[in-house]
Amino acid sequence: MLREISLAVTQGEFLTILGESGSGKTTLLRLIAGFEPPDAGEIWMGGERLDPLPPFRRRVNTVFQHYALFPHLSVFENVAYGLRAQKAPRLEIPHRVEDALAMVKMTEFARHPPGRLSGGQQQRVALARALVNRPKLLLLDEPLSALDANLRRQMRLELKALQREVGISFVFVTHDQEEAMALSDRIALLHAGELEQVASPREIYDRPVTTYTAQFIGQTNLLEAEVRGGIARCGDLAWRCGSPDGHATFSLRPECISIARTTEGPHGEAVRFRATVQTQAFGGATNTLQLRCPDGRVLLATISGREGQLEDGPFEFLATDAVRLRDAQEG
Amino acid sequence: MFSRGYKYAVSLPPLLWVTAFLLAPYCLLFAYSFWTVSPAQTIVHDWNMGNYRELLRSPMYLAVLFRSMKIAGSVTALALLLAYPLAYYLSFCFGVKKDLLYQFVIIPLWVSYLVRAYAWKTILGSDGVLNSLLQYLHVVQRPVDFLLYSPFAVVLTLTHIYTPFTFMPVYASLEHIPRNLIEASTDLGASPMRTFWRVVFPLSLPGVLAGATFAFVLSLGDFLAPLLIGGPSGIMISNIVVSLFGAAYNWPLGAAISLCMLLLVVGLLFLIERVERKLSFS
Repeated sequence: MLREISLAVTQGEFLTILGESGSGKTTLLRLIAGFEPPDAGEIWMGGERLDPLPPFRRRVNTVFQHYALFPHLSVFENVAYGLRAQKAPRLEIPHRVEDALAMVKMTEFARHPPGRLSGGQQQRVALARALVNRPKLLLLDEPLSALDANLRRQMRLELKALQREVGISFVFVTHDQEEAMALSDRIALLHAGELEQVASPREIYDRPVTTYTAQFIGQTNLLEAEVRGGIARCGDLAWRCGSPDGHATFSLRPECISIARTTEGPHGEAVRFRATVQTQAFGGATNTLQLRCPDGRVLLATISGREGQLEDGPFEFLATDAVRLRDAQEG
Repeated sequence: MFSRGYKYAVSLPPLLWVTAFLLAPYCLLFAYSFWTVSPAQTIVHDWNMGNYRELLRSPMYLAVLFRSMKIAGSVTALALLLAYPLAYYLSFCFGVKKDLLYQFVIIPLWVSYLVRAYAWKTILGSDGVLNSLLQYLHVVQRPVDFLLYSPFAVVLTLTHIYTPFTFMPVYASLEHIPRNLIEASTDLGASPMRTFWRVVFPLSLPGVLAGATFAFVLSLGDFLAPLLIGGPSGIMISNIVVSLFGAAYNWPLGAAISLCMLLLVVGLLFLIERVERKLSFS
């Protein structure tokens, strides 16, 4: 399932494992938690080898996708469960549980059974239950996926703030790239059991390494180009690049295309081209265009919503920052 | 959704059935329990509490009732001890094969009760399988006869017969425990032992209670096993009722015992129902 994964999480980091279903992201999480044994390889945490240890001996805690709160215990007892299991000093337990509940704003629900709480409340209790143990590493398995959209956005902000507050390393698993971009210090993109790219959200968006990454994170135009003497050509488009001669694939983000003002000359690395507007979808802040080039190529462009309605054209456009991708064949 | 006439048409037959074969007999039983038998062996319809007084006064009935409860209690304990580990093992340690193994546990229920009871007779009898084996192994010189016709034989047989009834609800309750709760427990630092006692066992209690109820109530009212293999010392309360309605021809006293049993069982079920409601969390 997973192949050649090498990943290091630093102290206090928010790392997101991003991938489609079946990419192996949950398997990776379960390997770290200890629910599944690895066939090969090692897992280390702060100088201690984890993989031979059973889950209950690892200083790692998990927030489960469907919360997994104990239905027969009160919210308080759910949160105290880990402390009691690890034989924390008896007098210390109530204080630590109350602190943890206060941190997730669930103090007033301490005596409630978890079955009566809403999804968002259950998720907070699950967080408190994990964090109260002061783990070195917190694993979160799609913790927001069961919540509705509004609540998810709110919990996203709270989660980020909470992570800053406690300073524990978070490994967060999700299939939602928007969530990954908003939360993470770094994103590890997993595809078919292999790591495609590990980088900060900005880096992974601006400098995707593979075709898969470029297409999975945000939207992009893929340009198949021929490079000759430092110039890449793709139909009518030509731009300078530093790659060796031969075939190459480039990623051109839709927002890197803009309307060329007649007053402006070609500047820097920008590529000037003509195209007609095929369709446009006005989304308020942005206007998403489908541009048809004279050679029949269709490009996606996102321009500011303030540019106003464009009639058929043709218009002059500028494109910048096409990123060369590593082809699948190149490995 | 359905017309009034349709609803009546559908609910009338079962209502009639219950009235004719359940309510009416119970009313009759209730009436009989206050009547008496004359010296001329006819039932006299003079209402009095004599039968109930007789029950309280005679040590024999109370002793048999006490023994029946003891046997039923032993059967319940043994059935739980057998069924719980089996159900746990099947539910947690087997993957795809567990449906097949579940059938293996259930299949004995298809075999007639009588056959299973007689099977124990051939195993426990003085020239039975067990005695032959013990003699062959020179553990004993002569056949031992305490095996058959004793409360022990009744407990053994009833345990064999009612264990599947205990197993089924226990297994169902174990199967209903979300597996991520067990992962959550180990994740929080609980050892497998602690996880069992703090999570699995409490969540399986409704099934344990249901299974125990089956074993206790069914074996308390059993009369075939004590009849076939209980011998004089293994007689249970139902055997007394049977004989009172049969050879002894004392229907009123039999009815009084039956009603007491009924009250006992209904009271027990009522209690269990209350405990069970306390134990369910969803």
